[in-house]
Amino acid sequence: MSLYDGSLDVPKILKEWYEQEAQSNYGAYIPFVGTVRSEDGIEGLSFDIYEPILESWFAAWQKRAKEKGAIIKMAHSRGDVMLHESSYIAAVFSPKRRVALEFIDEFVEDFKASAPIWKYDLIDGQRVYAKDRSTAIQGSGILGEKQ
Amino acid sequence: MVRVEFLGPIQKEALELDIANLNELAAILQKDDELKEWLDNCAVAVNDTLVASLECELKNGDKISLLPPVCGG
Repeated sequence: MSLYDGSLDVPKILKEWYEQEAQSNYGAYIPFVGTVRSEDGIEGLSFDIYEPILESWFAAWQKRAKEKGAIIKMAHSRGDVMLHESSYIAAVFSPKRRVALEFIDEFVEDFKASAPIWKYDLIDGQRVYAKDRSTAIQGSGILGEKQ
Repeated sequence: MVRVEFLGPIQKEALELDIANLNELAAILQKDDELKEWLDNCAVAVNDTLVASLECELKNGDKISLLPPVCGG
């Protein structure tokens, strides 16, 4: 897993990952590239990351992948990423395609729901927390009065 | 003393508190008006491990983190 300040250099990262595993006898390499889209007048997105828990979350996924003979790679941005740039790349390598296709789906969905990363819209140069698009981590709310 | 950190969009400085468990933390934070809107949807980690209940004893030097709703990618 690699974290970068600002946008991701997509061709460079995909090429690096390809070359790292070119001789590893994986039959499938399935990447997902997330790109910042123009919508609602935003200038871009910005991200905060809490690395200790992101690392343990990723390590648990890597363990699951390893049990199926696969590996996961991930890159994400910190700070500002402007329109049409990339903030997130994930990829699965596996001996056969089916494992990688299923893993990339499950991994990216759990990433959205669980990875400790906070997204802000950039509007007039200000960061606005993307509250409506955010998901409470499983088990949230134990400190609240509703308990 | 334990340290309580507020992550991501929660604009609040870390606290140093003399508490023995998470129930005491809940009681303190629920009195804080600027935190009320966050408590019902924040996850809680003790020493960087997420916890699922308040039945968690704390010891001197523990780090508690509050994680508001996430959205990576």
